[in-house]
Amino acid sequence: MITARNLWKNYGDQTVLERINVTVDEGEFVTLVGTSGCGKTTFLKLLLGIESLSKGSLELDGRAIPDEPGPDRGIVFQQYSVFPHMTVLGNVMAVAGLQQRNLSGLLRGQRKQDALQASTALLERVGLQDTLTRYPHELSGGMRQRLAIAQALMARPRILLLDEPFGALDPGIRADMHELVLELWRENNLTIFMVTHDLKEGFHLGTRLWVFDKPRIDPQAPGAYGATITYDLPVGERAPARQETPSMASMLATTQA
Amino acid sequence: MKRMINLSPTPAMKWLLGLLPFVLIIVLYVVASDARLAENPSDKLLPSFSSMTEAMNRMAFEPSKRSGDYLFWTDTLSSLKRLSIGVGIAAIAGLIIGIATGALPILNASLSPLLTVISLIPCLALLPVLFIVLGLGEVSKIALITIGITPFIARDIQRRTREIPVEQLIKAQTLGANTAQIISRVLLPQLMPKLINSVRLSLGTGWLFLIAAEAIASTDGLGYRIFLVRRYLSMEVILPYVAWITLLAFLFDLLLRKLGTRLFPWESAE
Repeated sequence: MITARNLWKNYGDQTVLERINVTVDEGEFVTLVGTSGCGKTTFLKLLLGIESLSKGSLELDGRAIPDEPGPDRGIVFQQYSVFPHMTVLGNVMAVAGLQQRNLSGLLRGQRKQDALQASTALLERVGLQDTLTRYPHELSGGMRQRLAIAQALMARPRILLLDEPFGALDPGIRADMHELVLELWRENNLTIFMVTHDLKEGFHLGTRLWVFDKPRIDPQAPGAYGATITYDLPVGERAPARQETPSMASMLATTQA
Repeated sequence: MKRMINLSPTPAMKWLLGLLPFVLIIVLYVVASDARLAENPSDKLLPSFSSMTEAMNRMAFEPSKRSGDYLFWTDTLSSLKRLSIGVGIAAIAGLIIGIATGALPILNASLSPLLTVISLIPCLALLPVLFIVLGLGEVSKIALITIGITPFIARDIQRRTREIPVEQLIKAQTLGANTAQIISRVLLPQLMPKLINSVRLSLGTGWLFLIAAEAIASTDGLGYRIFLVRRYLSMEVILPYVAWITLLAFLFDLLLRKLGTRLFPWESAE
């Protein structure tokens, strides 16, 4: 579904990503880990279409990824992911309005009824059925992220991009969110890319773990070489029988340095 | 003894402390006025409160001998009409220009330099031009107010538009929104409370232009009246008029603030 061939990304003479060659199939759940500034968010932005690559290719179903965001690729950011001026229900219903081809994005008549039902069902699914008329600022961080996920799903994306979505949440709430994301991933047949800097989260969630790191470092010119995917491991259900590979210790050392 | 920066007044004390300067000014005025009037009963500089009340009674509740109008109310009405039309047009124009340039980089590139230059023109210097081109009627006064505050509102809204987190714009696009929908559903509603704030801030300037325009060429209005009676040193009319203008300005501001919190409950939490 997604193919990257010899992908490079530079900002000026700073190389951020280099020599990335990967293929991702429909339905995979990829977690991206690595130190900050190692290009995992940049990779997500390339998928999203808000950054353009410098060399190589990045294709979705054999075609170059569009150079602007679109409804086939949903996103949940760490914050600012929902609209503060709409209620919980309004945030999700607005999606149906925004998918119409008109100027105002307002819903009327039967469409409004349909959107209301679909939104209520979706919000119930993520556990927000009691807060439909609240505004985002009245919600806790975890509830806000549930809303952001429900909103993204309402657009029925094929690919869901998660940019450190649980980075600001308490550990207990984070565990609940993990379960929710895993369930929604299975129910909706999604392909998920999730950036995290929590290695445990990377191992627990998903089918595939990518570690971004810089294999080459020139001390005279720190920006000369970029990061690449240094480990590409099958994890979770797809992982081969539990074997704590010796590389895990070294990965922990490199990623948490 | 606590440090000064840690001493804060109780709520009741705060009221008293806030009221104190007003009381002091009034007392000071009364004492000074009495002293001058004792020396010269026909002194015009610091009229007594009774002569101000009498003058205002005449202005507000007795028809003018010349025109039969109740001058105070006709003055107030025409001034408020000019101000609200002028500010209203400026708010709409500023909102449109501000959103368009804030949201669309191409429009921004072509309009921003112009907007910067226009906002630097001292508007009062344009007043003669307006009088020549638009005549001495209502249009030129309203135009002065509008031209005077539109650039401020437009630039404020432009900045506020850019302050909306880019994540929201990206999110809207991933939900399938087009440019028009992003402007109407995401940007516009979030900018309305900012517009109210912007109008509140520009009302002071609006009054300034209104009074200037009325002082120079008008036949009624609050500004016209105080400049007219200045010829007779009628401080007993000027001072209440100034107080009335201040009260109106305060009420406008209060009204807009209440309107903002009423209409946009999600905004006040920030």
